[in-house]
Amino acid sequence: MSLLEMTGLSKRFGGLLAVSGFDLALDAGEIVGLIGPNGAGKTTVFHLVSGFHSPTAGGIRFKGDSIVGLKPHAICRLGLTRTFQIVQPFAGLSVIENVMVGAFNREPDAAVARRLAGEIVEFVGLGPRRDVPARSLTLSDCKRLEMARGLATRPELLLLDEAMSGLNPTEIDEIIGLIRRIHAHGVSLLIIEHVMQAIMALSHRLVVLHHGEKLAEGAPGEVANNRRVIEAYLGEGA
Amino acid sequence: MGARLAGALAVAALVALPPLLPKYHLEVLISVVFWAYLGIAWNLLGGYAGQFSFGHAAFFGIGAYTSTLLLLQAGLTPWMGMLLGGAVAAAFGLFEGYLSFRYGLKGPYFSLVTLAFAEMLRVVAVNTKAVGSSLGLVVPSAKAAPAMFMFSNKLPYYYIILVMGALALALTWKIGRSRLGFSLAAVRENEDAAEAAGVDALGMKLRAMALSSFLTALGGTFYAQYFAYIDPTITFGPAVSIGALLPAIVGGAGTVLGPVLGSFVLTPLSELTRFALRGRAGADIMLYGAILVLVISFLPQGLAGFVRDRRARVGPR
Repeated sequence: MSLLEMTGLSKRFGGLLAVSGFDLALDAGEIVGLIGPNGAGKTTVFHLVSGFHSPTAGGIRFKGDSIVGLKPHAICRLGLTRTFQIVQPFAGLSVIENVMVGAFNREPDAAVARRLAGEIVEFVGLGPRRDVPARSLTLSDCKRLEMARGLATRPELLLLDEAMSGLNPTEIDEIIGLIRRIHAHGVSLLIIEHVMQAIMALSHRLVVLHHGEKLAEGAPGEVANNRRVIEAYLGEGA
Repeated sequence: MGARLAGALAVAALVALPPLLPKYHLEVLISVVFWAYLGIAWNLLGGYAGQFSFGHAAFFGIGAYTSTLLLLQAGLTPWMGMLLGGAVAAAFGLFEGYLSFRYGLKGPYFSLVTLAFAEMLRVVAVNTKAVGSSLGLVVPSAKAAPAMFMFSNKLPYYYIILVMGALALALTWKIGRSRLGFSLAAVRENEDAAEAAGVDALGMKLRAMALSSFLTALGGTFYAQYFAYIDPTITFGPAVSIGALLPAIVGGAGTVLGPVLGSFVLTPLSELTRFALRGRAGADIMLYGAILVLVISFLPQGLAGFVRDRRARVGPR
């Protein structure tokens, strides 16, 4: 049984078919990369899986059960959460408090939640900034905070939406290392990323989305050399 | 610990000094604590959950009318009527909140809905003979009867509202450090991110709504017993809605002591302007308004935020 399974997933916004008949299965322990040109529908897939949008057609199963129609917090409770492409910190709260909100997902006691959050803040490398208000973090630290808050909910599957966009090469290397360590802790990952060297290095499998449809799927090496994928990115005749 | 000592002294003064105060000063002090109490109740929803109610008079009026009608019609002691009024107000708050939040009303739209509900109740009360219409209701107060929430002088009322304020403050403090408090703050800061982190945004906002409306209704019963008279304009009118939110906002929304600080500054201020400009109807409100504009422009984080920033700057880190 797959950890996450989407079948015939479609989402229509008025006249725009953002996602069309999309199938994807992800097994426990996998890192799957979701790539495609801008506007391909990647983030819409994340919104559908995490419960922020409901699909126009198709099914989504997590651990065998349908999660269509569940609200994001209920899906998070089941063990699936996501980060946001445009970082969404709780600006007025400190770093540790941001992460505590996530930790409360499984831990009702405030003292225990604070301790767990503290460990995760250290884990993502925000230890020195734990009592700083989230509004004063750099973009790179905000991306770490997004991951820390997601991890604190103790997910089995974490959806990362462009965790590296806007970062410099050193920061990207650090985030790659962090994602590897998250995976080593037994968390499966579905990743949207435009930074190609990163997604090639991290993913076990790549899925290419183009105009809302699946264009290709396979090992990173195969997909990178796929004629149709190259055309989708660079235009025909490339 | 200078702050702790100052706090202990303030509490001691609030408990020990009032019997020594002249009648007028005691009345002002009751007024200060009363508006602080309403501010604390409003703060749970408006400050912590960030849902800016402009119509808390709805809950205040429900509390005042429920306990008063039960007293007049059934002879029920307002001590009981107070809790029943709180329950009715909480149910009404849940109804109002569910309608608004279920359909995603936020910010000014939510404020307008709460204002509309309060005004609606005011118009209903004005036009309903059974609740005294615009003449209002007189609460019997001729003889002292502590079991019926009636006292022959002001002092017991002072201690009652002081205890109510202290309990509401303790509740706020406890919530602020709990899962509920963090969840409310998360919803206030960013609802989508809160949901993604496992926070049931709708459920949390409804909890804040129920608690806030319950506490506000208790204030309504206190008002009815203390002034021995209620009418639709006083209890359901915008003056109460604004009076509940101002101490919290000026003092520091979303902080435990904000509404208390706010009321200790605002209530005497409004008394002073009224005294200074007596005989010129409305002039005192204009002056009061001008002072409010200044306070809000220069202290956008409220008094509590100002104190915190000062201490952060000069105090040891």
